[in-house]
Amino acid sequence: MNQQTPTLKVENLRTHFFTKMGVVKAVDDVSFTVGRGEVLGLVGESGSGKSVTGFSVLGLVDPPGRIVEGSIAFNGQELTSLPEKRWRDIRGSKIAMIFQDPMMTLNPVLRIDTQMIEAIRAHDSSISKEEGYQRCRDALGQVGIPSPEERLKSYPHQFSGGMRQRVAIAIALLNKPDLIIADEPTTALDVTIQAQILYEAQKLCRETGTALIWITHDLTVVAGLADRICVMYAGKLVEQGHIDDVLDAPLHPYTRGLIGSVPSRNKRGAALYQIPGMTPSLIKLPPGCAFRDRCERAQAKCREEPVITHPEPDRAVRCFFPHLGESL
Amino acid sequence: MLVFLIRRTSQSVLVLLIMSLLVFVGVYAIGNPVDILISPEADQAEIERVIQSLGLDRPIWEQYWIFLVHAVQGDLGNSFVYNQPALQLILERMPATLELAFAAIIISIVLGIPLGMIAGLRPDAWYSRMIMSVSILGFSLPTFWVGLMMIMVFAVMIGWLPASGRGDTVDLFGVPVSFLTWDGLQHLLLPAINLGLFKISLVIRLTRAGMRENLLMDYVKFAYAKGLSSSRVIFLHVLKNILVPIVTVVGLELGNVIAFAVVTESIFAWPGMGKLLIDSIGLLDRPIVVAYLLITVLMFIIINLVVDILYSVLDPRVRLGEMKS
Amino acid sequence: MTAVPKTAAAPTAINVPEDEALPPPQTPFRRFVSDFVESPLAVLGLIVFTIVLLIAVLAPYLSPQNPYDLMQLDIMNGKLPPGSQDMYGEMTFILGTDDQGRDLLSGIFYGLRISLFVGVASAFISLVIGAGVGLFAAYAGGRWDSFLMRIVDIQLSFPAILIALILLAVLGQGIDKIIVALVVTQWAYYARTVRGSALIERSKEYIEAAHCLGLGTKRIIFGHLLPNCMPPLIVVVTMRVAYAVMLEATLSFLGMGLPITEPSLGLLISNGFEYMLSGKYWISFFPGLALLITIVSINLVGDHMRDILNPRLQR
Repeated sequence: MNQQTPTLKVENLRTHFFTKMGVVKAVDDVSFTVGRGEVLGLVGESGSGKSVTGFSVLGLVDPPGRIVEGSIAFNGQELTSLPEKRWRDIRGSKIAMIFQDPMMTLNPVLRIDTQMIEAIRAHDSSISKEEGYQRCRDALGQVGIPSPEERLKSYPHQFSGGMRQRVAIAIALLNKPDLIIADEPTTALDVTIQAQILYEAQKLCRETGTALIWITHDLTVVAGLADRICVMYAGKLVEQGHIDDVLDAPLHPYTRGLIGSVPSRNKRGAALYQIPGMTPSLIKLPPGCAFRDRCERAQAKCREEPVITHPEPDRAVRCFFPHLGESL
Repeated sequence: MLVFLIRRTSQSVLVLLIMSLLVFVGVYAIGNPVDILISPEADQAEIERVIQSLGLDRPIWEQYWIFLVHAVQGDLGNSFVYNQPALQLILERMPATLELAFAAIIISIVLGIPLGMIAGLRPDAWYSRMIMSVSILGFSLPTFWVGLMMIMVFAVMIGWLPASGRGDTVDLFGVPVSFLTWDGLQHLLLPAINLGLFKISLVIRLTRAGMRENLLMDYVKFAYAKGLSSSRVIFLHVLKNILVPIVTVVGLELGNVIAFAVVTESIFAWPGMGKLLIDSIGLLDRPIVVAYLLITVLMFIIINLVVDILYSVLDPRVRLGEMKS
Repeated sequence: MTAVPKTAAAPTAINVPEDEALPPPQTPFRRFVSDFVESPLAVLGLIVFTIVLLIAVLAPYLSPQNPYDLMQLDIMNGKLPPGSQDMYGEMTFILGTDDQGRDLLSGIFYGLRISLFVGVASAFISLVIGAGVGLFAAYAGGRWDSFLMRIVDIQLSFPAILIALILLAVLGQGIDKIIVALVVTQWAYYARTVRGSALIERSKEYIEAAHCLGLGTKRIIFGHLLPNCMPPLIVVVTMRVAYAVMLEATLSFLGMGLPITEPSLGLLISNGFEYMLSGKYWISFFPGLALLITIVSINLVGDHMRDILNPRLQR
């Protein structure tokens, strides 16, 4: 593989849902890249389109939604024009996904071994039963599940939430993917278990060169994990850059508000910032900057559509009046 | 498992006991069998003698006690009309009814699950809407009228299939069955479809609802994300989940099907226990009615037990020992 | 670190006016109506059912003949095919006659009257009893609740047709008796439905608030619990009326329901049974068709209402 080719390069992606109530532009002009071994944090409130972005990359957008525009290049190969059969070959083998709620992702009526081995055999039917089992045991051991031999014979309900998420991660790792998309995988877990899983995810990327997209609404998680960060608001990418740059000197007013609303030691006792107003409904979103109603810098110009600008190298922001040169 | 079985059995005995009392007292009120059993010319002495021999002169609680003692020994009394043990008469006809009921259930499953899956996969497609509309028709059709129309069309007008009776039977493990002979199968077809019609709609609706609910679940998306084909996701992952409620409901419906066989058997002159019941009510043949009801209660209890066990087999989250009954 | 402004300052520059006027606020009833007319089949069902209901109510004025008046019947007119004239050429039997020489069309009109009366009356009585038991169980809770629901469970585990058959065998024939039998088999459905939704409502905060405000039990039950049980109850009532009509017809067909002097649709069909094998299909066919149309129309309405009123399927 060419070192220069990023593992994933998404350009101008638009995924819209055509509902009875109108078109919902869940993802509207999103571009980013993830390189080998890199961790990308995709941050936004619920409903900002971050999960749909993840599903778009896997080609798993449910009707009435579909990708209407844009390019998703995986290791240089364009995915959006791929026939379903070929996309399926990539799914679960080259690109894997981990979901938010571990209680819901495993099929409750199938044994763990069934659910693991089918993930291997879907991509390589020549694998023998014994070999498949060995890989399952290895994967379970890799994510820190004790006595994998017995656990394989269990049903999901016999595991705790954290254990189930480990199983889901083990399934994602089975085929040694180049890219893992993790959709808020630790939100439903206890803080201690969250930390363990974060640690293991990071270790994995460093060791194997797997790229990771970590979708979350929690800035603190991203701060400790990601190399780069993308901030989404109302379906649009509003800011992108290296994690330290963005956290130290956010350009977009929304990113600023987001960081300001995280409790931290430095600001103990001070009132936390609240972004005024509510997340807008994605149906019949008026043209222009979607954040303008909640933004204190908004001006008449904001009723026009802002475009992505690059005020600094390797940084992007979608705002007419970014906080240039102001660090936090 | 053992604890579960013991508890269930003791509960069942209690239910049977209560039911037997209700049934006995209820049926005791049906007419006066003496009027039917004795020819009008009989003199008073003869009437007295018959009443005494049937035990009808004793108080009702005593009759019940005698009945209970006999029942425990497997004797549910003799039919007033046939003068044979009621239990034996019913057991003789039970295979015919069970065969009919199972055939109806199988038809409803074989047709209902695929149609329901189609309708659940694409709920907005025209063919799905058609399936659902037709299924409304299915549970609106009066069973007995459809039976008549089937006889008229297939037996009277076209003459393809026989209108009544059970046809040739062969013994399978000592039980006579129709479905193994060509003639018997022809006789079975119309009544089984007739009886199954109502249940097809039920299975379609259950399956469709299950599909719609399950397809939205994360585990389906996760299965797709593993790169599985849609056929594996639908026919293994989703189907196994929706089978749980389907098996439960259909299993419990078996009791209903057996009860509704009363209607179908009357129309198609199918020699089962339902027809015997209708005839016996008409003839005020009390012991048969009582025996029929008690045996049906017993069958329901057994069906419930089997369904519970099947449920725990299909859904690993359910453990029998913890189940309420 | 620059402090992020703490005040939730109102947007300074612009306050975008709503470009489009919001649709006028919908009342729940309006919303229900607009959802209902969305399904042409359900609308059709409602229209057909209204017609059937009108026929049933106006049967004495619409029927060419009074089928109960034995003086008007002539056995010589028996079993005439549809479209025949009577012996004296005075009237045409559009749908033919039955074995008694009764005009089938009139028989069906009067039969609908009986069938619908039995169905609606039994549903209404079951509703009152069932809703009472269900509300009481939900409100009283505890032992009363489990005792009553145990009875409901046992009752529902027995097929309605068996219970009705045995009851009618004990009680004998007659409209009042069949209504009793239908009520006994149906009340439990209403009790379960009402209790279920009442329990959900009861656990909601506003009921607790009403308790704290010291509102009387009666007010809470009839002012809050009952109205909130209405949506599922409406659906159950429609479906149960359809089922009751069907059950009555089935029982009458088996000869256990209504007496021969008051022929319901089931009895008309039953009368035609023996003549069907000789090709005289109409005696059974037309009453059955009328029965089918009635039940389908009710079910079409009920089925669509269930979809609308089911919160889980709300899009």
